[in-house]
Amino acid sequence: MSSSEAARQVRQERLLYLLSPIGLLLLWEIAIRAGLGDRRFVPAPSDIAERFYLLCASGELPWDTVVTLWRIVAGFLLGAIPGVALGLWMAMWRGVRIIVDPLIAALFPIPKLALMPLILLAFGFGETSKVVVVAIGAFFPVIVNAYAGAANIEKIYIDVARNYGASSRIMFTRVVFFGALPLIFAGLRVALAISFIIGTAAEFVAAKSGIGYLIWSSWELLQVDAMFVGIVTIGILGVITSTLFLEIERKVIPWKAP
Amino acid sequence: MAEPPRKGARIAIAGLSRMFEGPRGSVQALTGIDLSIAPGEFLCIVGPSGCGKSTLLRILAGLDRQTSGKVSIDAAGWAVTNAMVFQESGLFPWMSVEQNVGFGLMTRGMPATERAPRVEAAMRLVGLTQFRHHFPHQLSGGMRQRGAIARAFVTDPAVLLMDEPFAALDAQNRTILQEELVRIWETTGKTVVYITHSIDEALFLGDRAAIMTAHPGRIKEIIDIPFPHPRNLMELSVTPSFGTLKLKIWRVLEDEVNRARASEDAA
Repeated sequence: MSSSEAARQVRQERLLYLLSPIGLLLLWEIAIRAGLGDRRFVPAPSDIAERFYLLCASGELPWDTVVTLWRIVAGFLLGAIPGVALGLWMAMWRGVRIIVDPLIAALFPIPKLALMPLILLAFGFGETSKVVVVAIGAFFPVIVNAYAGAANIEKIYIDVARNYGASSRIMFTRVVFFGALPLIFAGLRVALAISFIIGTAAEFVAAKSGIGYLIWSSWELLQVDAMFVGIVTIGILGVITSTLFLEIERKVIPWKAP
Repeated sequence: MAEPPRKGARIAIAGLSRMFEGPRGSVQALTGIDLSIAPGEFLCIVGPSGCGKSTLLRILAGLDRQTSGKVSIDAAGWAVTNAMVFQESGLFPWMSVEQNVGFGLMTRGMPATERAPRVEAAMRLVGLTQFRHHFPHQLSGGMRQRGAIARAFVTDPAVLLMDEPFAALDAQNRTILQEELVRIWETTGKTVVYITHSIDEALFLGDRAAIMTAHPGRIKEIIDIPFPHPRNLMELSVTPSFGTLKLKIWRVLEDEVNRARASEDAA
């Protein structure tokens, strides 16, 4: 089979992937219009699309998107960067591992949203509290993966570096860091998804803006179509960021076979 | 032709032993190793798997320490004492061929402008110049092993330590690389300690072969390999003296292999 033919087949398959979601939406629309279900509680896709358009036109949805994205990205970075650094340190120095390991074991399983009241107490109702709760959620998967990545580097690379006279600085910056990079990225992807979950959930209870707030306030006003708009927006943002993330990973880890 | 190459390091090993503490008591990996290697000599260490030959090489490389005994490597006048070529190339997957080859110079603080011509020369030596920007996963096994050899030679070490560097290659590639290695060695005068489990390989490459035996690992016999250099490996392999020497080494090893199997059966 020629390569262009293979590419055509891939494109065809991607189009076919759209078939079932579109079919589902159509069935949904038809069912609601046929009078199955109460349109006030279960809006038709066309109702949601209309509301989506109205919320965009009023500037409300774009603003909420910006606010939520800022909280998620800021929190993600605030948690991920120390997570990577500390995870690598744990692998390099036994002392750090002995201090940090039991703390991870104790703190990782705690639902981070359970900390929200404490965080509100500490940081108030402002932006900081949301960023901090996202950061805490993002921190743990990153530190665990960075540590695992650095601790499990194939021994031969450590041997080579030692035999060729690498100082501990070179060992860290040229060998351990890069050797751990594939697992660090795996941790970052998990952390990104967790950031979305925690970020929007924190907005349910502790914010007056953002997509999470849009979903929660719509529920209180029983605007079910607006709720769906919020949920769909989060889904779209998730797809966009994870695609972007894969692209970055390909650029940063070119040696990883595609 | 340039000036005759200076000779590599002299190595003296006396009464060396290495014990490993395992879950079922201690294991004597090496015992009573006495060995002196002349400057510029190509010494092959031949032995069955598990005889501790890799451990001996790791001790020479400074990656492991003996339990008792003495090792001295006299590398006066050489900036770098030793460089090792590992069984699997051990090229860093995240570095290009060029960066990999220059690694041992970078770690020693040589500025990039000074590194470049030496890296270039080393890559030319092994025929990898067109692949300088490739990553190791884009190369064949033979090319990766060439890169590992360039990485070792670029540091200009007094001793080259090689741990079955061509064992994972197919026969054709192995023969080509063996010939290249001999050619490079003949022009550089380095001391080479080369580990192999293949008698043929030892006879192709070495000035002497140290035959090791297992449980505990020790040197049973050291055999001179008197074939003149430069050697043509294929022509050499069909000479009667090659066959005679091969059989002689095999007889030494055979006893040991049988003895090891007998003791395993008894256990």
